[in-house]
Amino acid sequence: MLKINNLHAGVEGNEILKGINLEVKAGEVHAIMGPNGSGKSTLSAVITGKEEFEIAEGNIEFNNEDLADDSPEERAHKGIFLSFQYPVEIPGVSVTNFMKTAINESRKAKGLEDMPANQMLKLIREKAELLAIDRKFLSRSLNQGFSGGEKKRNEIFQMAMLEPKLAILDETDSGLDIDALRIVANGVNKLKSKDNAIIVITHYQRLLDYIVPDFVHVMHEGRIVKSGTKELALELEEKGYDWIKQEATV
Amino acid sequence: MDLKDKLVSSFMAFENNVDVEHPVHDIRSEAIKNFEDKGFPTKKEEAWKYTSLNSLQKIDFSIFPKEVNALEYKEVKRFFIHEIDTYKIVFIDGIYSSFLSETTHDGVDICLMSSALTKPMYKQVIDVYFNKIASKDDSLTTLNTAFSREGAYIYIPKNKMPKKPIEILHFSTGNETSLMIQPRSLIIAEENAELQVIERHQSLTTNEVLTNSVTEIFAAENAIVDYYKVQNDSNNASLIDNTYINQKSKSVVKLHTFSFGGKLTRNNLNFYQNGEHIDSIMKGVTIIGDKQHVDHHTLVHHIEPNCESHQDYKGIYGENSTGVFNGKIIVDKIAQKTNAFQQNNNILVSDKATINTKPQLEIFADDVKCSHGCTIGQLDEDALFYLQSRGIPKKEARALLMYAFANNVLESVRIPELKSRINKLIAKKLGVNLGFDL
Repeated sequence: MLKINNLHAGVEGNEILKGINLEVKAGEVHAIMGPNGSGKSTLSAVITGKEEFEIAEGNIEFNNEDLADDSPEERAHKGIFLSFQYPVEIPGVSVTNFMKTAINESRKAKGLEDMPANQMLKLIREKAELLAIDRKFLSRSLNQGFSGGEKKRNEIFQMAMLEPKLAILDETDSGLDIDALRIVANGVNKLKSKDNAIIVITHYQRLLDYIVPDFVHVMHEGRIVKSGTKELALELEEKGYDWIKQEATV
Repeated sequence: MDLKDKLVSSFMAFENNVDVEHPVHDIRSEAIKNFEDKGFPTKKEEAWKYTSLNSLQKIDFSIFPKEVNALEYKEVKRFFIHEIDTYKIVFIDGIYSSFLSETTHDGVDICLMSSALTKPMYKQVIDVYFNKIASKDDSLTTLNTAFSREGAYIYIPKNKMPKKPIEILHFSTGNETSLMIQPRSLIIAEENAELQVIERHQSLTTNEVLTNSVTEIFAAENAIVDYYKVQNDSNNASLIDNTYINQKSKSVVKLHTFSFGGKLTRNNLNFYQNGEHIDSIMKGVTIIGDKQHVDHHTLVHHIEPNCESHQDYKGIYGENSTGVFNGKIIVDKIAQKTNAFQQNNNILVSDKATINTKPQLEIFADDVKCSHGCTIGQLDEDALFYLQSRGIPKKEARALLMYAFANNVLESVRIPELKSRINKLIAKKLGVNLGFDL
């Protein structure tokens, strides 16, 4: 599904990603871990097409198509989703209206008519239930005054609504207490299928207790320096990142 | 002949059509002298540094329409808040249209300035209120005073509230190549009275129009005035709006200005707080493009203690448009415990757009809370990326962000139909259809 080949990317000539290779197949869950500043969030931003990042070398293929020329919205229409570490507040636009716009814009891009209002409502209700979101929440302005937990839950609600093929969860566990973490993780697990894939970007192991990865990759200084199975995450939890850094420099 | 000379010489023709024996005419005669001395303001004056009237003065405006023009309701229906029942005071090329209006004298007076200025039954009110807070030395105000004859007259007695909102509409037909209009309005809310007013100036063609309007508003003790100015005119229509508001104790006056278009728009908004526990609220959304120019000059004069003023102006400037915000707050020495807040935030969506924003605080009391802030920025790239990553195209994403930016000003609009109208105007202004009613 996703194939990243020797990806070098950065901002204004400052290289942050220094040769990333990664392949994610349908049905898989990958975790990307690493210390602060290792390039994890940059990688997610480059996959989703944030403009400020430039690709210097290598490429990203999604279902065998090079994404280089696609805008962020085109990538979204192809089924790539990013759950943000810091979701943006949009006053005056309710969660419901925001989702309507997002879904209908995607449909428009595919040459489909707007989703009928009753169908939309049903979908919203269904997905809200999945994440234990109550109705009042849906009429609030998007992310405005939301707690950390509400913001993250809302991100996964959007994921549920948009049903992406590839979901990247960037530090979805940060700022969550254990109850919120469980709700969010449960939501993600219910959305998991053999046809989609998930990349979990995280600093700590604890989210991976709930969203169990098939593969774990460790990033350091813009490269994936180690890959393994979920046991690698446990090892990191125990030993910290220092041994990886040392191993990488050797 | 330049515009000033033309105006001064037209005053004689004007006198042929008004009662020169009426005491109001002394005020007019005084005013034309003042205008003759001062002339139009120039960019040398601090208050007009960023707004030039030079090119307007080169246009050969007719000072009076040659004939009375009529309009069919269906031609102009879209400019009314027609979803709800309202009182309507409508003018076509500056002349009252009884056909399009709906006035009343049922417990309140919602009618015409021309009646108020001529009929004996209004004399007492006119003596007390007419030209009492309008400036006697601002040249454009005195110019309007000199030609004051027609406009809206609203008198709400003690404890009364009109059954419905009042719309004041000024249409220009374009039957003159270029026309100058000078509406003069007087609005009085007595003790405990309450009213809602929507004012709009609308040119129906691309012919030149210059409106120099003066409105005096008096809010007595405990009165509540909710006033909305909708400015979305053609690219050849210019408006100089001079509004003077006198408030007494415990009154609340809330004024929204929506500036979405016009060639040149200058809002001179002046609040005078003559009492205690007064609240003055000024809110504005400006969204312009092309070569449009909007200038907001606000003044709040805190004359007595324990009062508040709140100003919140948002501006979005595109293409070659230019904006000005100048907010002056004066707190007199005895006006202790004043709370005065002022905020002006702007987004420039084009490299060629400019905004000049300036707070001007003159505080002579020592126990006050005054704050002001102004920002000029571009759209937040991270926010834009967030929306795009949800599949919302860049153009729509930008519009959503601009809408969100202006949103808190809209929250205080109390007439739902007007609010939805403004929302639609904003969506149109931003050139998007977001698939839902904002």
